[in-house]
Amino acid sequence: MSAPPIARTDVTRHLRSVGAAREVGILLALLVVIALATIANPNFLFSADGWRDLFLTPSILAIVAVGQAIVIITRNVDLSVGSVLGLSAYLTGRLFIDLEGIPTSAVVVIVVAFGALLGLVNGVLVAFAKVPALVITLGTLYAYRGINVMWAGSDRVNASDLPRDFLALGTGKILFLPVLTLVALVVLVVAGWVLRNLRAGRELYAIGSDPAAAELYGLAVRRRLLAAFVLSGALAGLAGVLYAARYGTVSSQAGAGWELDAVGAAVIGGVAIFGGSGTVWGAALGAVLLMTINRALPILGIPDFWQRAVVGLLIIGAIVLDRVLAVRQKRSLLEAREND
Amino acid sequence: MATATTTATTPSARRYADHGRPAWRRVLLTQETAVVAMLVLVALVAASSVPGFGQPLTLTYLLLDVTPILLIALPMTLIIVTGEIDLSVASVVGLASVLTGVLTQAGVPFELAAAVALLAGAAGGALNGFLVTVVGLPSLAVTIGTLALFRGLAVGLLGTTAVTDFPERWTDLAKSRIGVSNVPTVTVLVVVLVLAFAVLLHFTRFGRGLYAIGLAKDAARFSGVRVERSKLVLFVLAGLVSALAGIYYTLRYGSARGDNATGMELQVIAAVLLGGVSIFGGRGALHGVVAGVLLIGVLASALRVAGITSDVINILTGALLVLSVVLSAALARTRTRRRAHAAAPPGTPTSTPTSDTAGTSTGTSTDTSTDTSTDGA
Amino acid sequence: MKSLAARSSAFAALALSLTLVASACTVEGSGGGETGGGAEGSGDLSITFLPKNLGNPYFDTSSSGAEEAIGEFDGTFAEVGPTEATPDAQVSYINTLTQQGVGAIAVSANDPKAICGALDEAREAGVKVVTFDSDTNPECRDVFVNQADAEGIAKVQVDLVAEQIGGAGEIAVLSASANATNQNAWIELMEEYLASDYPDITLVETVYGDDDDQTSFDKTAALLQTHPDLKGIVSPTTVGIAAAARYLSTSEHQGAVALTGLGTPNQMREYVEDGTVTAFALWNPADLGYLTAFTAKALIEGEITGEEGDSFEAGRLGAYEVGPDGVVLLGDPFVFDADNIGDFDF
Repeated sequence: MSAPPIARTDVTRHLRSVGAAREVGILLALLVVIALATIANPNFLFSADGWRDLFLTPSILAIVAVGQAIVIITRNVDLSVGSVLGLSAYLTGRLFIDLEGIPTSAVVVIVVAFGALLGLVNGVLVAFAKVPALVITLGTLYAYRGINVMWAGSDRVNASDLPRDFLALGTGKILFLPVLTLVALVVLVVAGWVLRNLRAGRELYAIGSDPAAAELYGLAVRRRLLAAFVLSGALAGLAGVLYAARYGTVSSQAGAGWELDAVGAAVIGGVAIFGGSGTVWGAALGAVLLMTINRALPILGIPDFWQRAVVGLLIIGAIVLDRVLAVRQKRSLLEAREND
Repeated sequence: MATATTTATTPSARRYADHGRPAWRRVLLTQETAVVAMLVLVALVAASSVPGFGQPLTLTYLLLDVTPILLIALPMTLIIVTGEIDLSVASVVGLASVLTGVLTQAGVPFELAAAVALLAGAAGGALNGFLVTVVGLPSLAVTIGTLALFRGLAVGLLGTTAVTDFPERWTDLAKSRIGVSNVPTVTVLVVVLVLAFAVLLHFTRFGRGLYAIGLAKDAARFSGVRVERSKLVLFVLAGLVSALAGIYYTLRYGSARGDNATGMELQVIAAVLLGGVSIFGGRGALHGVVAGVLLIGVLASALRVAGITSDVINILTGALLVLSVVLSAALARTRTRRRAHAAAPPGTPTSTPTSDTAGTSTGTSTDTSTDTSTDGA
Repeated sequence: MKSLAARSSAFAALALSLTLVASACTVEGSGGGETGGGAEGSGDLSITFLPKNLGNPYFDTSSSGAEEAIGEFDGTFAEVGPTEATPDAQVSYINTLTQQGVGAIAVSANDPKAICGALDEAREAGVKVVTFDSDTNPECRDVFVNQADAEGIAKVQVDLVAEQIGGAGEIAVLSASANATNQNAWIELMEEYLASDYPDITLVETVYGDDDDQTSFDKTAALLQTHPDLKGIVSPTTVGIAAAARYLSTSEHQGAVALTGLGTPNQMREYVEDGTVTAFALWNPADLGYLTAFTAKALIEGEITGEEGDSFEAGRLGAYEVGPDGVVLLGDPFVFDADNIGDFDF
């Protein structure tokens, strides 16, 4: 008698729908926000600037959020991304200013490698010294920002110092979509594919779910953690290049506070803070939702000073929701086990 | 019943030491002592080599600057000892500051405004505590959310305006000194609170329970420690003390603004961890924390008077934070390894890897790697 | 095992001491150029400038003027400041300067009252206090060096924007930080002047860019989106007008929405050339810094005390006299436009 094919039980179907529901939910919330804002002021969506800003503004945060999601999935956190972004953006400016005629592609490669290096520092300390990522990245947040300020002094990179075609990347469009959004989409698709289809990616989820089991199972935990932090740093570096292209002016405070938004975007997007679940698509959607809310608030008559409070409420709401879903999931799994 | 497997001595002469190591080693070879020694060293070096540092005015400014950090470090120590963390303390400082400002500006007497701010701080702490203990969320996530929420409320209430009109009586009091000495009046308040928290942590059952929670939460629960209630109390205390620090900060700098004290949680955590408290919980002493706060304060003050810009000071603080935690973890691992080797005869495989530390964000550790014979006073 | 533990502890002690040695080295290394040494009391010509924030091109210019002046009379120049223009940030710097015992502090205040306590303590310790560009309450400083009469500054900006929008329509103000003494004084006067002389112009909103480039950029975008009928933006801060110009020049509103205010010629040149900005005003910040340095010198040497009628020499700018309320006036605002912008370099 041949073994029966493994049937999709109610439970797995249920779980899958729960997982899918989160991303769909955020998309719905996003559409609602856009609709409300457009009703209040049609220029929000239906003007050239409005359409452009809708996609442009969240693109950079989305890239950082993808990196952050990868780290959070492994049950860590990377609070230094804001400082890495700032340093990378400043390095971008300095490369263009100090090395006349350097091609944009070279700058991108150098700065991304630089970001990866900064992430490597975090990764080595977390993976090998076995110190909680919270503390390490707290320290590197301070340290990298200090290095940024020390290097920049009171100078800043001005838009007039950067080559025109580089700045054009920041506001340019290809087929109705801003260039930066396309970059973000590429990053998103690649990251999403790797995390879902490659063993290295799926192992990250295992490490986040249960680090002790992962190590006993024989996974190369240290290598994966290192890779996760290097990726996070590299993506923050890439975001720094895009930041310089978009805004043109880079002061020593560039990127300050972005780590909070990145963590918030990931958490809102369904990446559980205790690791092991969530997708980078969710994180990117979370970033888009966050930035769109930020832009929509003044239109809806709420002074944009309340942005941070809204972000906080969303984060708390998201983790409470995660918890409720996790409890429910556990209960249904137990029931399924008993019913078998 | 296992007894020490030493070679048999005559029963009458068999004595067992109360502790694994002699008293002088237990007291002196701790991270707390190292921090205290470093503090003294740095203070002496600074006083002799930095012009302008070795004057009485420095002590006043140092104590005034260090007060909010020291105040918040007290409940933060207790929270970290239980294995949790509270990142929202600086936002509570900002919120309390803004509430004081907004109410004072609206004509409410300052004392009443301050009382409302204190209540708000306690309420914020209670929210943190509720989400952590009742809903069961990890404190890292919760306090990241409340960090944003409270800071957002603070900025939302005032925007970027600062309220700078406070009764002179109170602003002068915040900066006044005791008699003709150079010690600020607030130091009295600080000393009282330090003593109160020291007694709470080291000399009460509640405090001993905190160490138990940090080391082995479930064992503590089964031993009768009220785990959830203790954590809730700690978060409320943190909120309350942060609000107090916020009121002081407002008076000292004469300005209530939404982004006051942004980033202060990093300085507090850096000082607490430098002072020997383990991030995984279950280990730490208050005198180390006080020394840690003062050490960072003296270092920052000396560097500032020497003309070093604050970015360099930030780099050094960040580096100190990272170094102290890495070293603590390394020392703890060697201690565990030493004990494991001593307990098992040679040739027996030692226990499973201490994998709890591979990437957990806060001390949700089951297999701990701390040395129980050295915690507590 | 003993050696392992001992080695770890030794390594620990070594690494920690290395960090502290590094701190000590930075003390030795940069102790020289930054501050002028710890000499206390008057006669010591060490003057430290404390602008609203560092990284602000306007203050970079004023500091270079100050440096020129201080070089002329052989004093010591230093500049410190916060990265963000907040009131409480300046307090720590003032405290440090008091401890260092400098001769005089020249500060552009982020708030009229917040730094008063610290300034009083400085004065008690023998440090002279001069405010420039943005004043504090008169009782906490010795002298205020004002770039131009506040009414004059308000009037020139209102006149410019009125001319550029045709005398009627909606305008908005993009200011610096919400507490800044100078901008708030000017905005108040602008509102009075609008009410009396231009009743057809409505000021719809005042937003604060905090003298931060990014924030000002984003606030401009928000203004244009929230007020679709906006015809003019006035920005009485050089950081604000530069950021607003940068946004406008790439937006669909370029040319349709007028932009004016206080800007530096170097920052504004490309926007005047591409038509985003027609005319704006300012004075010479280098001269302001220069005059402030000489005022501080006069105070330190006891030549003036801040009383009305005191007079002193200010190098190449000539003789100046202290007016009522301890105010020294530099001159009048100057209007820049396409015709004359090529003549200036600051």
